[in-house]
Amino acid sequence: MKTVANKRIDEPTGTETVGHEWDGIEELDTPMPRWWLWTLYATIVWGIIYVVLYPAWPLLRTGTEGVLGWSSRGQLAQEMRAENQRRAPTLTALSRVPIERLPDDSRLMRAAVEGGRAAFRVNCVQCHGSGAAGGNGYPNLNDDDWLWGGDLRAIEYTLVHGVRQPGVESTRNSMMPAFGRDGLLTPAEISTVADQVLSFSGKAKPTAAGATLYENNCASCHGPQGKGLREFGAPNLADAIWLYGSGKGRIVQQISNPRMGVMPAWGGRLDPVTIKMLAAYVHSLGGGEDFVEVAKDPAVAVDEQP
Amino acid sequence: MNNPEHPRTEESPGKPNKPVSLTVAQPDTGNLRHEPHEPPREDLPELFEKRRAIFPQAVHGFYRNVKYVVMAITLGIYYATPWIRWDRGPYAPDQAVLVDIANRRFYMFGIEIWPHEFYFVAGLLIMAGIGLFLITSAVGRAWCGYSCPQTVWTDLFQHVDRLVDGDRNAQARLARAPWGPEKIVKRGIKWSIYLLISFWTGGAWIMYFADAPTLVRDFWSGQAAPVAYITVAILTFTTFTLGGFLREQFCIYMCPWPRIQSAMMDERSLTVTYKDWRGEPRGSVKKAQKDPQHYGDCIDCLQCVSVCPTGIDIREGPQIGCITCALCIDACDRVMAEVGRPRGLIDYVTLEDSKREAAGEPRRLPWRNLVRPRTVIYLGGWSAIGLAMLFMLGTRSHLDLSAAADRNPPFMLMSDGSVRNAYTLKVRNMESRPRALEIALDGLPGAAMWNDEESRNSAARSMRINAAPDATRTVRVYVIAPPETAAQEFRFRLRSLDKEAASDEAQIQFAAPGGQDQ
Ligand code: SF4
Ligand code: SF4
Repeated sequence: MKTVANKRIDEPTGTETVGHEWDGIEELDTPMPRWWLWTLYATIVWGIIYVVLYPAWPLLRTGTEGVLGWSSRGQLAQEMRAENQRRAPTLTALSRVPIERLPDDSRLMRAAVEGGRAAFRVNCVQCHGSGAAGGNGYPNLNDDDWLWGGDLRAIEYTLVHGVRQPGVESTRNSMMPAFGRDGLLTPAEISTVADQVLSFSGKAKPTAAGATLYENNCASCHGPQGKGLREFGAPNLADAIWLYGSGKGRIVQQISNPRMGVMPAWGGRLDPVTIKMLAAYVHSLGGGEDFVEVAKDPAVAVDEQP
Repeated sequence: MNNPEHPRTEESPGKPNKPVSLTVAQPDTGNLRHEPHEPPREDLPELFEKRRAIFPQAVHGFYRNVKYVVMAITLGIYYATPWIRWDRGPYAPDQAVLVDIANRRFYMFGIEIWPHEFYFVAGLLIMAGIGLFLITSAVGRAWCGYSCPQTVWTDLFQHVDRLVDGDRNAQARLARAPWGPEKIVKRGIKWSIYLLISFWTGGAWIMYFADAPTLVRDFWSGQAAPVAYITVAILTFTTFTLGGFLREQFCIYMCPWPRIQSAMMDERSLTVTYKDWRGEPRGSVKKAQKDPQHYGDCIDCLQCVSVCPTGIDIREGPQIGCITCALCIDACDRVMAEVGRPRGLIDYVTLEDSKREAAGEPRRLPWRNLVRPRTVIYLGGWSAIGLAMLFMLGTRSHLDLSAAADRNPPFMLMSDGSVRNAYTLKVRNMESRPRALEIALDGLPGAAMWNDEESRNSAARSMRINAAPDATRTVRVYVIAPPETAAQEFRFRLRSLDKEAASDEAQIQFAAPGGQDQ
């Protein structure tokens, strides 16, 4: 490559060359169309106007503000205000309607479910999982098994007062005795009663000894047939759902040294409308119970875990 | 560039470079001679090229008439289409062509396209693309010359120029004249007309996106959506600048299409060609009469140059600036008739035919140029897509079902040991009337379903839903199967309960536990 310093005018086209030459090939310095130049000037003018009107230059701590006083933060605040205003009628309606009447208004119900879905993602997924399917020890909210009741009112109550919250008035409260740790039953007796519990769902043979042991120690809370009792949050032992596992080992463990879940009382942390929406969402997950159904359907009982 | 009077004629292709020196007596165009590149000042060439003003002369003839017809048809279609009404019953708009963005529908006469059928639009775009290839390979840049919006509106604006300023010479004179009352008034009138056309153009565009009569009323009473005003403003501005001032600059500097077309064209594509073998060397009538042996048919009257809307000299050979509008053919044919020579010195001809003619052979039959592998392949692809789309349009069902399974959790074990899955069904009723529909389970023995607005007590093998006219309805359903049901496939069947009995189905997986105990 040879660089020719002095530019020259190309004869046939009358255009100046750029001044380079590669193997005899030269490049023409063809002029740009003038409107192109004007477009460039226009963008520069536009840029200056923009800098004057809008925040543009970063300074040490802040930045230039622009004479319009616009800021993205201000715009966000404005949009939030507008959004709140838009949602206000729905939220007011939700705060007025008693939760029993919520299903009558399908539009309001849908709004509540959607609001609840959002609130659930923020407040509840840590324990109950993003799909509300729970986990070992954390109830699954999709199924039809409820420890403390699965109609809208019961769910709302559990949300407001929590489960086993010290210092919270009328929190959901109950306790399973630690039959092993406190020496109420011997290990052999615990094994026998565990078999008895398994027999309710056909997983073991019932025994006379087991029946007696169960009768004396467990039936007062879990019921004679092991169907559970919602007043105490006592799980149904006769269904297919187990909160702490269904293997015999797990059951022995739970009888000897029981675990009992807690849940925060959201009444002090979330506003009533959010709680109402959360209740509606949890109820909508597929296992929600009708108000009447609770009394009507004795088969429906307690919540646990697959 | 030694001869600024007559640039570059020495380079006429296909002829030995004989020195040609011509003096042309053309009083009306003499001082407007076309100068492809002005010789730069000796001292310092300009960094930016000033746009050469182009004042195309009015022309009459066959191709000009074709251009008028195409212009009338295309502008007519553009401005009038939104006003055509089309009765679709009470639930749908009655505008024949409507892009309803808010409701995500595209109406085109009897056809209604839904978002999930967007492949129709994609198909149309592909057809437009292949169609352009087909046209270009057969008849050259016909799109550029006749139906490209830039061409049509430029042509329209050039007529405005002629209406206000007069023809070529008057336009040039006015352009050169200093600003005075006459120029101010004429420019005012001309630009107002430009602006009016531009505004009308922008206004017509938004009519495609809303009910036209309502939109016009809203527009003038200030109630239309801001986007309508913004769109009109932008389109008015672009029409005004591109049609009024940038004109051929758009074709030469901004449009990518001329750069691609050369790949679509070959020796057998029709194009506007100057037959240099016949025209060169050029000489004025007087000279040619004196020495008929020496001179060709071109009398160097520059009519072809002065009528050209992009201001080029076709006698320099095929070039990017030529949009093949063939106006130069009209101009030259008149000249040829006047001087008593056969027409077609500039002609719509394929390069191959031009060579044959030069060698004294006859031209090919026109269809031999049109029907060749390239065009046949383009036509084949074009019609295949068209037929496929017609077939799909004809057979598509006006009922559509799609199903999606919940993934989190994939399945749910119920207290009685049965397994429940949740699905989101999308039911599309593409008829403009409300319909009663039935969704039923197909497969999955023992299973039942209910939707999230009912209770499990109503679970059954099928359920009825009402679908609003012309709408998509999302239904969340729970399907419950007896204990020990294994994972398997099954179907949702959707069926309309009216006399039309349309149906659709969706196959999907039923998830179940793998059997391990917790
Ligand atoms: S119009 Fe025809 S004769 Fe006149 S200069 Fe052009 S090619 Fe030559
Ligand atoms: S050279 Fe002829 S065909 Fe090409 S743009 Fe000009 S007038 Fe039209």
